[in-house]
Amino acid sequence: MLKNRIIPCLDVKDGRVVKGINFVELKDAGDPVEQAKIYSDGGADEICFLDITASNENRGTIIDIVRKTAKECFVPLTVGGGVRTIQNITDLLLAGADKVSINTAAVKNVDFVEEASKKFGSQCIVVAIDAKKVSENKWEVFTHGGRNKTGIDAVDFAKKIEENGAGEILLTSMDKDGTKSGYDVDLLKTITNSTNIPVIASGGVGTLDHLYDGIVKGGASAVLAASIFHYGEYKIKDAKEYLNSKNVSVRL
Amino acid sequence: MNVTIVDYQSGNISSVINSFTEVAKGKVNLEVTSNINKIKSCDKIVLPGQGSFKSCIESLNRISGLVDTLKDFAIINKKPLLGICVGLQMFADTGYEEAETRGLGWIPGKVSKIDNQNGKFKLPHIGWNEIEIQKESKIFKNIKNKSHMYFVHSYEFIPEDKSVISATTDYSSKIVCSVERDNLFGTQFHPEKSDKIGLKLIDNFLRL
Repeated sequence: MLKNRIIPCLDVKDGRVVKGINFVELKDAGDPVEQAKIYSDGGADEICFLDITASNENRGTIIDIVRKTAKECFVPLTVGGGVRTIQNITDLLLAGADKVSINTAAVKNVDFVEEASKKFGSQCIVVAIDAKKVSENKWEVFTHGGRNKTGIDAVDFAKKIEENGAGEILLTSMDKDGTKSGYDVDLLKTITNSTNIPVIASGGVGTLDHLYDGIVKGGASAVLAASIFHYGEYKIKDAKEYLNSKNVSVRL
Repeated sequence: MNVTIVDYQSGNISSVINSFTEVAKGKVNLEVTSNINKIKSCDKIVLPGQGSFKSCIESLNRISGLVDTLKDFAIINKKPLLGICVGLQMFADTGYEEAETRGLGWIPGKVSKIDNQNGKFKLPHIGWNEIEIQKESKIFKNIKNKSHMYFVHSYEFIPEDKSVISATTDYSSKIVCSVERDNLFGTQFHPEKSDKIGLKLIDNFLRL
């Protein structure tokens, strides 16, 4: 049977791994290539890089990191952050990424998802949705790390990008991200129930139990987490053994 | 030994190149090309494939003489060829992704969309799944039954002759995930993305 995936996410800024606490206070957690290799050796099912480099002159750095990582890690590698054009995708895939994650560019122009999935195949197009709760059972899509409100309903948007050929949804709760209080399970449940493509849960993991909630209660196909793995609180193996002990099937 | 990864603009083949390069280090000459003469004279071929069945077939056909060269190599001369993902699917007579499309017709059968059982199974089938080995295959040497491999696809190959099936995986139904006939091999999963076990499979192929 298909296993639930555990995906460590490395936020990369100017070539170094950082993790934003609510996207503001950043700490340095080391070299991305080295970290990715540790995760891959430790049993990570995929590796995710999120490039949060703001300046354009440093945009090439992520390409270089991807190129080095892809020569050492033989599990799928997803790269997101600043993916705005077909050329951006081509560059990342040629460097060795297996999937790219599109965020703002998909919100601005949902046809871009269709263009990208037609050109490269749905298998490598992930759409990252950053959602914030606006009222009971209602979430809205935000961009620019949760700063910009779009007025777009998260459920409608998820359905739309599925129609346009996205292969997966990377769903981050802006309310939960960086809080370590667990995923927004209601948001997850709502999106997984209204779409037929896999959903990766993101934002808010503080304990291994949160991973369980994301999969079992939220219906996610994969769980993404950053800080609980970065600072050595838990190893990937701990997460897998814990889930396995609670009868959630994982690749051991 | 000379091994060719066929580069026919079928999408992203960087990972295939990286993994084969890692395993081939110092043992095998690896060439990534669509040059017909180089393909003709090599010892083994890797045929990757990403995107849709239709777009991959169209890309193959765009390179003059490529399809015939591959057929001579793998079917007439029975030299080792490994198809990966859509590379395997193209062995079939017909594919139904985007539009009905004629395949290479090397192994009778068709490529149809996986039955998602009214939304019960999410598509694409993405992630790690166990392979159930159905018959001994040279590329599974020292690979245990129920090993995990990485999948990403929405279509499945349904061969008419079930004796070609070397492994299946369980997703909605028993999906064919590996075939072997003579020296023709194909995997629906991605050995290049399947960690150490995937590299082992690549090693087995290179050692044939």
